[in-house]
Amino acid sequence: MIFDIIIGLFSTIGALAILIASIGIMRMPDLFLRLSVTVKAATLGAGRLLFVAAMIYPQTSFTTKAIAILLFLVMTAPVSAHMISRAAYISGVELWKGTIRDDLEGMYDSETHTLKSEEENPDDTESQDIKKGDLL
Amino acid sequence: MTLSQYIDYIILPILAISMLLVFIRLFKGPEVVDRVIALDLLITGGVGVIAAYSISTQEFVLLDVALILALIGFLGTISFAYYLEKRGKE
Repeated sequence: MIFDIIIGLFSTIGALAILIASIGIMRMPDLFLRLSVTVKAATLGAGRLLFVAAMIYPQTSFTTKAIAILLFLVMTAPVSAHMISRAAYISGVELWKGTIRDDLEGMYDSETHTLKSEEENPDDTESQDIKKGDLL
Repeated sequence: MTLSQYIDYIILPILAISMLLVFIRLFKGPEVVDRVIALDLLITGGVGVIAAYSISTQEFVLLDVALILALIGFLGTISFAYYLEKRGKE
């Protein structure tokens, strides 16, 4: 009985995390905000449901399978989110109009898509700091 | 209320509503990248739905499908990102 209640609690938290992720992908104004909401919350939710599936049935093959899926999701979600957001930034997706500062502005080489480090042009960050101070 | 009923009547409807909201973004999304992340979220949510359904019906063979789905989702997002970055600004 107690075990059932714990299982129900865990799966409820997982389902609510996925619901929050989907509300976030509907409501957020910008691609990058959408991405930062959805990837973490959806991975948390699916991971909790898979953890419940691993706990509930005491047979080794299914438990290892569920834990393997969980580890795979947790390892690959940040990689795919980073790659898709990098592609979006390079291909020029517009930021939200309320964005205060953009640290990557002018840092990507448009030909080779490599990222410059911050030490090469310190003037850029200074001007951005001044811009931020003016806004506040 | 048993655990199986709880999952059938509460957890799976919550997941269904969230998949519906993701579908709205998938159709509406102004850029291609929005649709790609909606698809990624749909696949991650699908893994959750399969896990919840396999808890409810005690058919744990379905976890194989979840494994393949997670793999396909990762590879799809990576290849979409690769080709969108190659395409550049249009």
